[in-house]
Amino acid sequence: MGAESRWSKWRQSEGANGLLMVSPTAIYAILMLAAPLGTIFLYSFLTDGYLEIIRQFTVANYVEAWTNELYRSVMIRSLGVAMTVTFVTVILAFPVAYFVSFHVEASKKSLWLFLITIPFWTSYLIRVFLWKVILGYNGVVNSGLIGLGIIDQPLDFILYNVNSVVITLAHAYAPFAILPIFVALEKIDRSLLEAGQDLGETKFRTFLRVTLPLAMPGVIASVLIVFIPTIGDYVTPQLVGGPEGRMVANLIQLQYLKLDNYPLGSAIAVSAMAIVTLVSLAFIGLNRRYLKGPK
Amino acid sequence: MTDKPTMIAFQDVQKYYGDYHALRGITAEIRAGEFFSLLGPSGCGKTTLLRTIAGFEGISSGAVMIDGRNMAGVPANQRPTNMVFQSYAIFPHLTVAENVGFGLRKAGLSKAEMASRVGDALEMVGLKGFGDREAHALSGGQRQRVALARALILKPKVLLLDEPLSALDKKMREQMQVELIRLQRQVGITFILVTHDQEEALVMSDRIAVMFEGEIAQLADPETLYRRPNSRRVADFIGTMNFLPAQIIGESGDTVEVEAQGFGRLVLNAEQAPGGTSGEGAVVGFRPETLTILFEGQTASDRESMAVIEEVVYYGDMTYYDVKLAGSDAAIRISMRNVFGRPVLEIGDETRVAWSPGALVLFR
Amino acid sequence: MKGRWFKVYAIGYLLFLYAPIIILPMFAFNDATVIAFPLTGFSTRWFAAMFEQPTLGLAVKNSLFIAITSSILATTLGIFAARASTRYRFPMKAGIMGLIMLPLVLPEIIVAVSLLVVLLGMGVNLSLWTVILGHVLICTPFTIAILSSAFQSLDQSLEEAAYDLGETAASTFRLIILPLVMPGIISSLLISFTISLDEFIIAFFLAGTEPTLPVFIFSQFRFPAAVPVIMALGTVLVCLSIVLLTIAEFFRRRGIAKTGGKDTGGFL
Repeated sequence: MGAESRWSKWRQSEGANGLLMVSPTAIYAILMLAAPLGTIFLYSFLTDGYLEIIRQFTVANYVEAWTNELYRSVMIRSLGVAMTVTFVTVILAFPVAYFVSFHVEASKKSLWLFLITIPFWTSYLIRVFLWKVILGYNGVVNSGLIGLGIIDQPLDFILYNVNSVVITLAHAYAPFAILPIFVALEKIDRSLLEAGQDLGETKFRTFLRVTLPLAMPGVIASVLIVFIPTIGDYVTPQLVGGPEGRMVANLIQLQYLKLDNYPLGSAIAVSAMAIVTLVSLAFIGLNRRYLKGPK
Repeated sequence: MTDKPTMIAFQDVQKYYGDYHALRGITAEIRAGEFFSLLGPSGCGKTTLLRTIAGFEGISSGAVMIDGRNMAGVPANQRPTNMVFQSYAIFPHLTVAENVGFGLRKAGLSKAEMASRVGDALEMVGLKGFGDREAHALSGGQRQRVALARALILKPKVLLLDEPLSALDKKMREQMQVELIRLQRQVGITFILVTHDQEEALVMSDRIAVMFEGEIAQLADPETLYRRPNSRRVADFIGTMNFLPAQIIGESGDTVEVEAQGFGRLVLNAEQAPGGTSGEGAVVGFRPETLTILFEGQTASDRESMAVIEEVVYYGDMTYYDVKLAGSDAAIRISMRNVFGRPVLEIGDETRVAWSPGALVLFR
Repeated sequence: MKGRWFKVYAIGYLLFLYAPIIILPMFAFNDATVIAFPLTGFSTRWFAAMFEQPTLGLAVKNSLFIAITSSILATTLGIFAARASTRYRFPMKAGIMGLIMLPLVLPEIIVAVSLLVVLLGMGVNLSLWTVILGHVLICTPFTIAILSSAFQSLDQSLEEAAYDLGETAASTFRLIILPLVMPGIISSLLISFTISLDEFIIAFFLAGTEPTLPVFIFSQFRFPAAVPVIMALGTVLVCLSIVLLTIAEFFRRRGIAKTGGKDTGGFL
């Protein structure tokens, strides 16, 4: 069999058809995503000159990004906020996913999911702004608490700081946390739980020994799908964070649009992505055993 | 059987999926107008073989001929075959009539002509007046009939049926078996059925190819397959067969003399010793219904042995007795039709058993 | 019953989720200029005031253009990728699909700055089209998620049956596949439209001087006097999103019912 016929055979093969089919989307992603990401990686090693970028290799941007107290504190804060948000969101979301999966009739499940996802699709900016209204000095929370006579001065520690950022982000990413856990719970064969109880465990112990380990892949997916985008959120810290709630996205925007320092902005962006990747990989590594399981 | 012309010929068909050897040199012929079955356990390659006829699977080497024409390079939509899929593949967004008439789209028929042909096809499968129904509102049996009508309306030379009855319940399945036989006689074209159900194959087919691991183990009419399986594996797969260890004493010309445990010395003819292997030394095999328990006063027409009843399984119309023959440790199953008024024997009873050497098959 | 406590919790959680959406119309219809409690009186004047904002009109027009174009392009790209990933095995599949789906988790600001750097580097002028480039990128993963489930519930033997009955690959696609995945396509168009309409960061970075709706809204937050109008605008947008989503959900479910599949849940 000659090389030519092997080539024509390959062209008709499943692999070739699949590649051909995926190619428009793949090429788009390579041009518009992979190449730009590569470019900022490259930029992060260049030198910033006035009004132009000097093509000279340097690691000075990284040194600046990692040693300058301002940048470092923002990055650490972003990481802390993202971790807190992730923890709070997933913990709060689990019982809801559990409720919808185990206690809602099959016919009403999609209605519940629909209700849970609707707020996610409504204007993000306006939602965030409304948290400012809710948490603000004359906001819903304060006027409510004053009205009830619980406090007599408005609380001021709930807006324009890390707390308000956490609350707002936890709200924004709630559906992201619920859905993967729900999907994992739905996959659990209900007779396994009966088997657990049949073998002498209480309902609660069955939950710990059977349900929870089987739901872990969903929990892990939730953690990642909340953690990764939150660390780079721009709008929330900008609107409700105040000066002490700024996060890495605000820093990147500042470098790019205000200070026009592309290399440093790139170095910060690359560093942030590197941190996210490392933390995510570490997290997956810690939970490896839950992810193996039979397919 | 009169020799009908060949409709499909497989010539040393080989099929590889990567390293997996799915079809290992299939050579066989299927005659025109025949009801042919491909029978075997799952993974034996029967569906793959069927799909090479339809054109959904290419072959690695060899040839598939339909009506004398090599099908290499002929795509599925240009082959003179139509298929009834295991899932029936009824188009869910179309009505019954639109489904049945789907293949006529390119025939350029007038509306009236189209409607009359669809009507005829529906009538043929017993769905007269169902044309306007939504496809997704049909029962399993009805979907099956729509699939049949849709395939037959194109008047193919060969109808391919991929496990068409496996999704139906037992009653429906038996009813559809009879209807498929009737339909095949009515249209007179070649039907090729893939099934893992040996009973279904025996009931419906003119000839059956039994397949294991990508090879045809035996190709024969149902009676030959049942009475004279050519290997212990085929015998095991089709119905129940008892085996007794045996020793070959001598062979002379067309006959073989053996000493079988519990049966003693026997002379078997060539037809009974097809040369198939047993895998673990020589054995003689026989079907449960070829043995008869002799009740008081009955005499054997042929040969007779003593046996002890070990287990009794009552099936309503039949009773299965697991017995041990005197002089043998092998468990033997005997099936007896129940006769009103005749007692059912009990475990531990000793009884006489009649058998006939002609019913035995030898596996070396 | 233990279930009751879960239900109380779940309803409390829903209240938390809906809190902003419940409060939004309160201020939209409130008479006062200041966004604070207590409410002072009912008024529709903020809705009327929306029409006196010339920039708002332009922003709406721009956003609609971006959202319609992006949703069509993203859905087209989504069809290719979803079909490829559900139907074929091909070399480097995990890597290629991973890259295409990456924007789902990648912070939007990263997408925005990296595109900005490349586009400016290539000397491309920022315009509505540069925003569309970015929006197609972030909408495509969502369309793939929706369309994959549509393609997945499609029994492959349906295609084979059409082919067996004499149709070609192209006519099979037109007669069988397209009608059956149409609900998925519509729901994917609506979802991408909603995402694009609401997207802020990429538009903020890539729109140049052209306003889009979220960029306009964001700019108005700086002027307290402008906020009540934004509340009115927000109310309209929320109603619009809910209508669009309900339609999308309707089509998604009808698609599942049509192909005889089982409903396994939401959009994501």
